[in-house]
Amino acid sequence: MASAASSPVVQMTGIRKEFPGVKALDGVDLRLFAGEVHALMGENGAGKSTLIKVLTGVYTIDGGEIRLGGEPVLFSSPLQAQQAGVSTVYQEVNLCTNLSVAENIFIGREPRRMGAINWREMRRRAREALERVDLHIDVSQPLSSYSIAIQQMVAIARAVDISAQVLILDEPTSSLDQGEVQQLFRVMRQLKAEGLAIVFVSHFLEQIYEITDRMTVLRNGQLVGEWMTSELPQVELVSKMIGRDLATLEALEGENKRTLTALENATPVIQAKGVGRKGSVEPFDLSVYPGEVVGLAGLLGSGRTEVARLMFGADRADSGDFLVDGKPTHLRTPRAATSQGIAFTSENRRTEGLVGELTVRENIILALQAARGWTRPISRKRQDELVDEYIKALDIRPANPEQQVRNLSGGNQQKVLLARWLITRPKLLILDEPTRGIDVGAKAQIQKLVVSLSEEGMSVLFISAELEEVLRLSHKVEVLRDRRIIAELANDEGMTVEKIVETIAGDSREEVRA
Amino acid sequence: MSITRHRLFYPGVLLLVLLVSNVFFTPTFFNLRMQDGHLYGSLIDIVRNGAPLLIVAVGMTFVIATGGIDLSVGAVMAISGAVATHHIAGLSNQDSTAGVLTAVGMALGFCLLLGLWNGILVAVVGIQPIIATLILMVAGRGVAQWITDGQIITVNSPAYKLIGGGYKLALPFAIFLAIAVLVFAAVISRRSALGMLIESVGGNAEASRLAGIRSRGLILLAYVFSGFCAGLAGLMISSNVSSADANNTGLFYELDAILAVVIGGTALIGGRYFLVGTLVGALTIQTLTTTILTIGINPNATLLFKAFVVFVMCLIQSPAFRAKVFRRRQRPASPPAAPASKEQHVRVPA
Amino acid sequence: MSTAVLDKRPTGLPRVSQRYFPVLATLLLLVLMYLFGTFQYEGFASGQGVANLFIDNSYLIVVAVGMTFVILTGGIDLSVGAVVGLSTMVASTLLEDRGWSALLVIPVVLLIGCTLGGLMGAVIHYYEIQPFIVTLAGMFLARGLCYVISTDSQSITDGLYSDIALKTIPLGGGVVITYSVIVALAAVLVAYMVLHYTRLGRNVYAMGGSKQSAMLMGLPVARTTIAVYTISGFCAALGGILFSFYALSGSPNTAIGLELDAIAAVVIGGTLLIGGSGFVLGSVIGVLVLGLIQTIITFANLESYFTRITIGLLLFAFILLQRLVFARRSPGS
Repeated sequence: MASAASSPVVQMTGIRKEFPGVKALDGVDLRLFAGEVHALMGENGAGKSTLIKVLTGVYTIDGGEIRLGGEPVLFSSPLQAQQAGVSTVYQEVNLCTNLSVAENIFIGREPRRMGAINWREMRRRAREALERVDLHIDVSQPLSSYSIAIQQMVAIARAVDISAQVLILDEPTSSLDQGEVQQLFRVMRQLKAEGLAIVFVSHFLEQIYEITDRMTVLRNGQLVGEWMTSELPQVELVSKMIGRDLATLEALEGENKRTLTALENATPVIQAKGVGRKGSVEPFDLSVYPGEVVGLAGLLGSGRTEVARLMFGADRADSGDFLVDGKPTHLRTPRAATSQGIAFTSENRRTEGLVGELTVRENIILALQAARGWTRPISRKRQDELVDEYIKALDIRPANPEQQVRNLSGGNQQKVLLARWLITRPKLLILDEPTRGIDVGAKAQIQKLVVSLSEEGMSVLFISAELEEVLRLSHKVEVLRDRRIIAELANDEGMTVEKIVETIAGDSREEVRA
Repeated sequence: MSITRHRLFYPGVLLLVLLVSNVFFTPTFFNLRMQDGHLYGSLIDIVRNGAPLLIVAVGMTFVIATGGIDLSVGAVMAISGAVATHHIAGLSNQDSTAGVLTAVGMALGFCLLLGLWNGILVAVVGIQPIIATLILMVAGRGVAQWITDGQIITVNSPAYKLIGGGYKLALPFAIFLAIAVLVFAAVISRRSALGMLIESVGGNAEASRLAGIRSRGLILLAYVFSGFCAGLAGLMISSNVSSADANNTGLFYELDAILAVVIGGTALIGGRYFLVGTLVGALTIQTLTTTILTIGINPNATLLFKAFVVFVMCLIQSPAFRAKVFRRRQRPASPPAAPASKEQHVRVPA
Repeated sequence: MSTAVLDKRPTGLPRVSQRYFPVLATLLLLVLMYLFGTFQYEGFASGQGVANLFIDNSYLIVVAVGMTFVILTGGIDLSVGAVVGLSTMVASTLLEDRGWSALLVIPVVLLIGCTLGGLMGAVIHYYEIQPFIVTLAGMFLARGLCYVISTDSQSITDGLYSDIALKTIPLGGGVVITYSVIVALAAVLVAYMVLHYTRLGRNVYAMGGSKQSAMLMGLPVARTTIAVYTISGFCAALGGILFSFYALSGSPNTAIGLELDAIAAVVIGGTLLIGGSGFVLGSVIGVLVLGLIQTIITFANLESYFTRITIGLLLFAFILLQRLVFARRSPGS
């Protein structure tokens, strides 16, 4: 099997995939070798999942070539890819938990005798298949009676049993604990030794360095490069993933260092003490002072969104306490948070932010109206005043308050969402990726707005994948890794993007090398 | 934007065509005449007979706007009529205004409770609306029969008769009631923020939660109002015939009401609602029934037509259908989130 | 060993009973009801009494079997009552007015049921419209067709037909059953075999568990959806034939509201309304519970409307039970 490593099992060259208005993949190459674990790296929107979906037949390509074992192939369905030997195990285990373990491995291809499903044979073969992933469980029990980790293994067993040459593991470890991850890695090593080519996607850098042999890095739908894992230091990897998008920086000239003085005596607007949620983010401490902008920096999946959601009560914390203006407060629901003057814009504008069917005006007044209750409507005159004011202030286009909000561009939708919260005059504004996927002009406007809001005394918790942006806007930066806040960095003279990158990536390995 | 794009265009045309086509069969269809100080005519009949349906449909509109559905309205109508007539039948003077008002109050009060029950099952217990209201749909008629002791209760009460069969200002009283409910609903929901918040919850429940909207109370309110509307409609029907038939009062009304709402342009998945559309929808259904009666076709053939209308309205509302028919015009604005849903054709590559 | 890390099982109810719990609860209910009747009312417990339970409900058993398929996929079929009605009308008209042979009429009726069901399934899948509303249209259509055929009921006098309908089969001890019971039990057996020993049956469960997963695992979702509604249509038509055996007439008002009884029987029989879990035998037990309620109410000299109230209460209890027992399992989406 080792000799096969000379020529790749899968060779994707110049892959292009466009969606209306978006170049999701622009000339991407990927080579997978038998007996290797290959990491696919990149931030949000880099094109990882599109590339995986192209390889597994969920999407068809607009350009480029896919070769499997040297032969050009074109998959138009997951089933087709599966039959050709490319199987995928997704993060959210795509199995039917109401069926038995054995059925989940064999559904759609159950062994039959005289037309009827041969259950005994199916169970026997299921036990065999699980043997390969070193799992010994009762295969006649429903899958739902086992942990996510076991379900993951069953999914892998199914994939491997369907004659996989290529196994794609899309964030398989995101809900596993340490022991379970090690179990998974043992299985991966075993399958690797059997000659499978494995694609491994994970946000955990330590896992990447532990298990993978080779990696491909994508950014903004383009190929950054392919490296042997052992030859690419962690810091370099992170900076390659994040990139240096200098084009957007001109918006905020001269205002590089933002330190806030005389904070020591002030009472934090909000203070989280040991707040955490199992399976989501480890307990953390976090204080935000009046007029302070706090940046959350970390890779995708590091827990930055989860921190924001806990601070807003969107998810309920299962440990720790909140102090709002120094007073103990429960933030169990968004409603409780809004009544304390906390506002939150989600990174998913469409599904968790706007009500697409409603107009710009209605979307803008929604939170204010919700706080007043339905019996105390805001008069139409007042609505129009408020909405006009913010349409002007934020330069929302088209400047038509009666337009359905779903017809607006991403940047303008984001401004509508901001306007919704700004009219409630919050003490703390939590912004999760407010500048993602919007044009450069709108981005600069939003950055300026954050600065001026904080100058007026509003506190902001700012999340962005772009570290320059975080550094530009924040007074201090909380750095997250693996669902933990690992450092709090004051944005003083010596602070640079490189230092944040090092903190994100930094591990013992680096120090040893140095 | 051309007039054909207005959401009431096709329902309106349908209603007009139905009305006009009646002239071919009944040349006097649009005639109105005064007799004994009452206005008579086919149009008046349509509005009067359609009044209970309109009222139920108005209540249903709000439930559907929250993303729910209320299957129990027919049964609630039967209960309402049963409660009122049962009380009136026991009065020494069946025509006493106080007695009739008490009966009406009892019936409507009970229906409010039934609406609250549905609302609690949906908003508090968290049962799917179809299933939650199915319970009352199944049991409700039994309850109505229990109240009437399995009999058809007949009352002799001109005061009660007024609600569904009486006249005021030359017009059937039922028309005033229906208009009152429609206007009340429109004013309350549009003058307050109720309508917008309901549309928000029905349009995007998670975004509404994150905007700090407490949806539970709004959903409860919608079901309670639907129960009230069904109760009022049940009173009208029972009053019109001065009796309560627990088996047949309001039979299939839930379906007609849903149909009226859908014809009016309110989507079954919730969100934006259109009370004027519901009015057009209810009138269309009633005109259809009346037309078929006057033409002399078997009245039950209306069901065939309703089947057709439901089917067409659903197709028009179905994104999948639109995507297939108007493929060039409708392009997804973003990459599809889920893999293609079509059955997969097996073709192993060479 | 390495699996020790992974082999974590949820605590709480023993695992076996969780899947069977609702069915066992219904079975227990049935037994308790039967015992109650036996001790409370003289002449309640008799062989023929049990046989009558099957005779009187044979058509409902068949309809509930079809409904079980649909609900297992997470759908619903509101058209079954109307299809039962339509079947009795088509049968009586063809037999009496047209003088067709019963041997020809029965296949025609079954074909109509399958066609209606298949069409509804296709619309549900390809146009992604809620099953509730599509089958509502189907219900209007079938019921409307009933009235178009005739507004009056018509007795069936056809020789062969009434022979089949009236002939009884002695089981010994003076207990007799009808052919309808045999047909109903055969339908249950076939349904059981299909659900548990064919790929179609397992796909039905898989779809009810998670349609998204079923699709990603390459299962034929379109074919399965169309199949379950076709099966439901077939069962409704077969139920209609059994009903016309039972009543020896066809009437356009037959079986109004039967869909509610069928749904109630399926739910009480332990099938989850969100799909993916349940047993066809549970549905049979559900029908028997409904039948037994009727019997007890007759014995107790209570008015028939208490049947509906009791069914409603049971429905409530079982839906609540489903929420409690399966609270941890989120519906697949």
